[in-house]
Amino acid sequence: MTPTIDRSKYVTLGVIWLLLLTMPYWLPMVGGYMALGTRVVIMGLAAMSLNFLLGFTGVLSFGHAAFFGLGAYGTGLALKYFTHSTPLALVLGVLLGGIAGAVLGALIVRRRGVYFAMVTIAFGQVFYFIAFRWNSLTGGDDGLRGFERQPIDFGVWQADILHRPILFYYFVLLLFAIGTGAMGFLLRSPFGRTLLAIRENERRARFLGVPIEQHIWLSFSLSCFFVALAGGMYALLNNFADPTMLNYTQSGEIVIMIVLGGIRSFWGPLIGAAIFVVLQDYLSSLTTNWMSFLGTIFVLMVLFFPRGVLGLNWTEMFRSVLGRSRQTRPQEGGNLS
Amino acid sequence: MNMLEVQNVTKAFGSLVAVSDVTLHVAPGEMRAVIGPNGAGKTTFFNLISGFFPPTSGRIVFDGKDVTTEPAYRRVATGMARTFQITEIFPELTVRENVNIAAEVALGYRLKPWLSAQQAAGVKARVDEVMELTGLESKARRLVGELSHGDQRVAEIAMSLALSPRLLLLDEPTAGMGEQETEEITQLVRRLHKENNYSIVLIEHDMQIVFHLADRITVLDQGHLLAEGTPEEIANNEAVQAAYLGKTE
Repeated sequence: MTPTIDRSKYVTLGVIWLLLLTMPYWLPMVGGYMALGTRVVIMGLAAMSLNFLLGFTGVLSFGHAAFFGLGAYGTGLALKYFTHSTPLALVLGVLLGGIAGAVLGALIVRRRGVYFAMVTIAFGQVFYFIAFRWNSLTGGDDGLRGFERQPIDFGVWQADILHRPILFYYFVLLLFAIGTGAMGFLLRSPFGRTLLAIRENERRARFLGVPIEQHIWLSFSLSCFFVALAGGMYALLNNFADPTMLNYTQSGEIVIMIVLGGIRSFWGPLIGAAIFVVLQDYLSSLTTNWMSFLGTIFVLMVLFFPRGVLGLNWTEMFRSVLGRSRQTRPQEGGNLS
Repeated sequence: MNMLEVQNVTKAFGSLVAVSDVTLHVAPGEMRAVIGPNGAGKTTFFNLISGFFPPTSGRIVFDGKDVTTEPAYRRVATGMARTFQITEIFPELTVRENVNIAAEVALGYRLKPWLSAQQAAGVKARVDEVMELTGLESKARRLVGELSHGDQRVAEIAMSLALSPRLLLLDEPTAGMGEQETEEITQLVRRLHKENNYSIVLIEHDMQIVFHLADRITVLDQGHLLAEGTPEEIANNEAVQAAYLGKTE
């Protein structure tokens, strides 16, 4: 609300988009590669989608990997069997994950807190086992193969996102922009404010005239559509989908990304996803035991940054550092005189 | 026609009968106080009126409309707003944001992804009006969670007012407050009643406030309706003195 906070928000926004838009140019210089950067953006969208529900509605789902995975399988299956259009396949994947989320959401929206989280795990595992067991359709344990993202034809120009990773990165970034833009827009709307109200105090919101279940259901469903978009892009990135994408461990990873980055922050989960994905990539190249190192880092982060990386009030910190140095100067002067 | 008619309402939790066969009529523009010793069923009675849970038996008619089975959020839409004994607010949002959410919901914009300029102006006008009425303008940009207890209660009343209710249900608005804060809230409630003509039902422990403010008083005791009348009638009622006033002071 106050001008200083607004300014720091614009700075964050500017820095994040500058880094994202120029990533293909600086990433190789710091030892990264294009697919890693693309993965960060995709998982960032997944984490921000879940945080729409967790951080801005106050509802914890531990089964979002199911909708992430349904988006992936939907996209992969569409490319394999129905269509050569990448965008159409992605739309079908998003619809599959999103509609599944909306239907399930309607069934479980009366549960609260831990019970809600438990039910989401249970439903998530149902989809995991379907993907794991339905060999003829999903490829079972081996995962879904036999599809490739297809170049996108604009008539005069064809974007070969299959053979040019940089083009695929910008394709992903465009969809990321649309997804996060839509979420940011919704959160600033009257509807978004009712979600904040529910997070802050469900009883008060109810007695202001908000039908809580309806609004939580909408938030859950929207969150599932966005996470399915991330899942679809993940399948396109690897030209592959496997059942562990739907497993509750995947859900847990997305929650960890959110906590790392900052649950109350809109962009925090993207930062959390970047930390998680990069560490995972680096540590798993060093040791098969990367999970325990990642776990240790997570524990340390939670201990020292309980509100996540972006949960810190950076402006305040800079100011206190500056303030202290300003205070010390007169004292030094006092000693001299 | 009465603003609110509660007809022979009973609420039982298993074998415990919290409210038993209570009837209450509130006229438009009336200030009604509901008093009674601890455990008399006052808050349960409030929860029945506001739709927190449905009654076991009986009927609740609001503004000529039977709302007995209406869920809480729809009763709000018909013009009924309440505050809670333990302050219920949105602590991490500013005072203005708190009131703003109430205004938007009340104007029917709760599902809107955006507002037209005209709609936004309507919301702003209502929020401005409520902020001025409750004297919260100077604290508009502070987080409600950081305010003093007294100011938080005023903010909660402000949110209820932003709903443009025709009936205001206040559950112990001065609970846990110092003398100064109690006086300020009492002034505010009196103003809402006398100048802005709100119909108000008030639960209150402080007898001075009750006899000062209320047009009529309803006394509950162990879930039963013990007496009803003007402050003078209640003060002179022997049953009330025996059950309540005699015991406390």
